[in-house]
Amino acid sequence: MSEPLIELHDITFAYPGAPRPVFQDFHYQLLPGEHIGLIGPNGSGKTTLLFLIMGLLRPQAGSITIFGQEVKKDQDFVEVRQKVGLLFQNADDQLFCPTVLEDVAFGPLNLGKTPDEAGGIARETLARLGLHGFEDRVTYKLSGGEKKLVSLATVLAMQPQLLLLDEPTAGLDETTKHRLVHILKDLAIAYMIVSHEHDFLNHTVGHCCHVHGDCCQPSPIPGGGKS
Amino acid sequence: MSSIEEPFAEGASLAHRLDPRGKIVVASLFAVLMAVSKSYVATLAGLALALIWLALARLPVKKVAIRLVVVNSFIFFLWIVLPLTYPGDAVYHVGPLAVTRQGLLFTGLITLKSNAIIIGLIALVTTVPIVTLGQAMHDLRLPDKLCHLLLFTYRYLYVIEQEYRRLVQAMKIRGFQPRTNLHTYRSYANLAALLLVRSFDRADRVFQAMLCRGFHGVFYSLRSFTWQRRDGIFLTASLLTLTVLLFLEWQYPILL
Repeated sequence: MSEPLIELHDITFAYPGAPRPVFQDFHYQLLPGEHIGLIGPNGSGKTTLLFLIMGLLRPQAGSITIFGQEVKKDQDFVEVRQKVGLLFQNADDQLFCPTVLEDVAFGPLNLGKTPDEAGGIARETLARLGLHGFEDRVTYKLSGGEKKLVSLATVLAMQPQLLLLDEPTAGLDETTKHRLVHILKDLAIAYMIVSHEHDFLNHTVGHCCHVHGDCCQPSPIPGGGKS
Repeated sequence: MSSIEEPFAEGASLAHRLDPRGKIVVASLFAVLMAVSKSYVATLAGLALALIWLALARLPVKKVAIRLVVVNSFIFFLWIVLPLTYPGDAVYHVGPLAVTRQGLLFTGLITLKSNAIIIGLIALVTTVPIVTLGQAMHDLRLPDKLCHLLLFTYRYLYVIEQEYRRLVQAMKIRGFQPRTNLHTYRSYANLAALLLVRSFDRADRVFQAMLCRGFHGVFYSLRSFTWQRRDGIFLTASLLTLTVLLFLEWQYPILL
């Protein structure tokens, strides 16, 4: 069996002041190439799980191993973030540069690319997502669907080995959802999708996990036939 | 709907094409010099200089005039208060109050200075898009915090405004009508507080999203500025003129 991309072991996490922990002795494993849908009711910890993986939240107990390395310190997570991309629920949180090109180039520049290289990667990524001609558009003037696709471009421009998507379809019309399905199908990397949309999950993931306080229970895609 | 308008930022005039770094340096020096000036001669010369810059920028006259009207409407209040309250020789009596010569001179000076500074800034600074301004400030080695503050304020002011509108709508559809009573004050206080909390939360999420994309405290820019011959000429000419203004300041102090 190949080494898991992500391994969460005995994780306990509670938000400050919350009566119950979100996770208690939580276990989870993601294998290379897997396409997983994370499902569960609101507040079950789906987004929290993604934030724990990215190191935006820290567990009170337990260990996280990503790409075979245990991650503990800030510095460890800096490396994780170069290899794992997270698409936020709200595109307005993700896009903060004035123009699309600058925003997509932000990640590559942080990785130490020269402005020319970063600009090239950004253009290429935009083209790959069918966003030709968006380079000089102003980010806050994009439509909701365009914002979401540009956000995805900003994450993919970092050439991640694993992609985490937090409710990517929220507020999108059917056309944009279809585009998203096609983009995800073309990706050669593992990804996890938090979503409440069974139809979308049906088209994009191999199987689903129901997030509980202590584990992710494998679950067929609700209402789906592909599991 | 649009964000903060930048009606003067686009253009192909000479003032638009100049390197923003040179423009920022000149505009800052000019503004400081005008602000501390106590001489009518120097201030008038400064106003003339600002008007020359404005002419170089070829901005729509009407829009510039509207901005000047806004600024001068504030100055109008100074004209009501200052001449009556500034101590000095009375030239005219309004009931028990006296209009003083020094007061009139002083208010006149403030009016000229303010207009000179505003016109100068309109010609030199508003002709730079805010984003470029932030980058130019960064290139001039101004504190990073200042540049980031400018860029983020620009980016998220619009988002916060939209949030504000949504909240106001939510109040309206439940029949809220502002009146002079405690309920109104309390509702507005809640609105302001919620807006603050939401902005704070958003700042948190934006920062998290930036961390996820490898942010480590430094902004890199795709654009680099190229200093050209005309920028050298502009800077030299402007600095020389500012020196002349300084000389006029020293030669012709105000006589109060």
